[in-house]
Amino acid sequence: MKLPMSAAAADPKKVKVVKEFVHDSPLIACRFDPTGQYVVATSQDNKVLRWDLESGEKVEYTSHDSWVRGIEFSKDGKWLITGGFDGQLAWWDLSSTSTEPARKLDAHEGWIRSCHSSPNGQLLVTGGNDNLAKIWNLGSGELLHTLSGHEKNVYSVAFHPTLNCVLTGDLAGVVNEWDWPNHQVTRSFDAKALHTYNGGQRVDFGGVRSLAISKDQKQLACGGLHNASNPLGSVHDPLIVLFDWESQEVTKSLIAPDLKGGIWRCLYHTAGFLFAASGGSSGGYLLFWDMESEKDIHRLKLPHLARDMDLHLDGLRIATSHYDKKLRICSLAPQD
Amino acid sequence: MRCDYACGSFDHLQARRKFMGSLASGATLGGLGVLTRPLSAEQLKRKQKHVLVFNMAGGLSQLESWDPKPSTATGGPFRAIPTSVPGIHISELLPKTAEQMHHLALVRSINTQENDHGKGSFMMQTGRAQMPGVSYPKIGAVAAKALSDNQNSLPGHIQITPGGGGNRGNDSAYLGPKYSSVVLGNGNPPKNSQRPESLSEEADQRRNELRRRMNDLFANRRRTAMTDAYTASYEQALDLMHRREVFDVTKESKKDQDRYGSHDFGRHCLLARRLLERGITFVQVTHSNYDTHNENFNFHLEQLGEFDGPFATLVSDLASSGLLENTLIVVLSEFGRTPNINQYFGRDHWGKAWSVCLGGANIQSGAVWGATNAQGTEVSENEVDHGHLFHTYLQAVGVDTTESFDIDGRPMPIADPASEPIKDLLS
Repeated sequence: MKLPMSAAAADPKKVKVVKEFVHDSPLIACRFDPTGQYVVATSQDNKVLRWDLESGEKVEYTSHDSWVRGIEFSKDGKWLITGGFDGQLAWWDLSSTSTEPARKLDAHEGWIRSCHSSPNGQLLVTGGNDNLAKIWNLGSGELLHTLSGHEKNVYSVAFHPTLNCVLTGDLAGVVNEWDWPNHQVTRSFDAKALHTYNGGQRVDFGGVRSLAISKDQKQLACGGLHNASNPLGSVHDPLIVLFDWESQEVTKSLIAPDLKGGIWRCLYHTAGFLFAASGGSSGGYLLFWDMESEKDIHRLKLPHLARDMDLHLDGLRIATSHYDKKLRICSLAPQD
Repeated sequence: MRCDYACGSFDHLQARRKFMGSLASGATLGGLGVLTRPLSAEQLKRKQKHVLVFNMAGGLSQLESWDPKPSTATGGPFRAIPTSVPGIHISELLPKTAEQMHHLALVRSINTQENDHGKGSFMMQTGRAQMPGVSYPKIGAVAAKALSDNQNSLPGHIQITPGGGGNRGNDSAYLGPKYSSVVLGNGNPPKNSQRPESLSEEADQRRNELRRRMNDLFANRRRTAMTDAYTASYEQALDLMHRREVFDVTKESKKDQDRYGSHDFGRHCLLARRLLERGITFVQVTHSNYDTHNENFNFHLEQLGEFDGPFATLVSDLASSGLLENTLIVVLSEFGRTPNINQYFGRDHWGKAWSVCLGGANIQSGAVWGATNAQGTEVSENEVDHGHLFHTYLQAVGVDTTESFDIDGRPMPIADPASEPIKDLLS
């Protein structure tokens, strides 16, 4: 696989699947490591998997007592940190041959749904089903602060790339901005468009499943779903709500017409577009938007439903994790 | 109540009758049916027996409740936790229920072979398979007829539903509408049971006196069992209106309302306790919705998170008050959910290997009947079906299910004669 281009050359309309890694259980989440050598995924057999992108060698890490959604790394790529539905955080030393966690601690009551490291790599934020977000010393594992204020499960967390603040999004579509280091909610973004309460089925559904800040830091993207006419039956549409960072006004609602599903993750690309992985009753898709239109400008139907997605540091490769037990690598390069 | 199933089924739609009107006709027809041989004192014992059913509408996942299979391909993300009964583990989604397990029992080997909402519900509520043109009374109607004190003016068959509504169910078949459920939509008192504000108490008394005089005149010349039943039903309805506060959960103490929680299901559980304490024979509380084809784990987290506390509080309260000795508790669904986890993190319909929880009355506390294999895909021990369960429920409250109801001279078996109870679950 040759990917010599720079990220600026990425072309959404050229996107295609170029590689697959196979496991023996359906996959859940995935991330590239910061060195660009590995891709890490989690699976329904409670494992954490690391594939070498070039050789395809797979290493399995087994310690969590449940599924794992949260994947993060230290900036140097030495440490893999995973947050599981067992409420535990585990640190794995990727520089060693050991497949045992170097550290494991009880982090949340209930599921950890999201992890993200700070721009300087010193802190880790986690969010979970105890309606809390927690700030940890990424190096030592020390709990530094607990952010309390959400009334529903915390679905997504993210550090701002330059400002001293943390963003946390919940099931109800509330996105809180917590200042740093005072740990108070300074602003809340109203992303309730991503939440549905279905009175007939008596269920809450949706939530802020992904948070992303644009490269120019003028926009906040909140990914999820809407039009949930049948939450229990997977009838809903993908939606990304774009906020102006300063005014907090909704500037755009990004949709994918005629496509049923939800956004599992959205990311901004340095080449100026926003993209997302969608999974639902229409299948799995990679969706692309420019900054002009609310409708997707291009979509790639994946061979199976996607559950998570990440962008390689080269800006030209996208990893997607799938129910059919495959981790797929797509290329955005204009030519192979 | 209309239950919105994820798969688009619109079963459980019940015929509607105005409560007061149906109460009148109910007494007319229902009063004619008695057992071919009246239940003996030995059969029913002396104390009033009760049945409390929790209907987990849509199909509760056995893997996320009573029969967890953690760390298997089918187990999903939730873990199993120990209970108050050594050796019994249930899902971590039910921590408070786990503390009450010594009052409860589990049946983990149900195979109804039915994956349709309507048919599955019919089987579990009547103990029989659904056949065209044949109607059977639901468990509530059977319990009300077999166990209720005829002198009690309160209805013997109550359903507390999560939605609105509040009329009368069409669920008593040949037992007659007297035993049809009175539906308390969202836990509200029966419809039309409150004297309209525009009608003064004095005027109401006068019109009832007029009704009685006209009834007497009519009865002098044409008295029949049917006219007596009509007359009795109006008097029963009037008495019920005077006892309307039985249905008013706000009369419960603030402390108890706090213990059960302010959300609908907590309120419904407290109302169920209130009704049982006041002599209602059968109460069914519906909790919705478990038809989780999509994101099964998020929705079970949500739904069982709501169910666990109030249910466990109610079990504990009934045990503390002694009422549990005479009250059968059943937590049932129309079916379970597939061991296979689908691509939407969902589970689909599964009648092949699933579970119910029961307890109280003559059920062996802390017992587990049957088992499924390692991944929960098949029953591996002591397979039972809806017929066995129906016999077991009724025998647990002292009903001889080998007996029949006498319906206009025709014997109608109380339970399927081809089936039998799970004797080892009965104490």
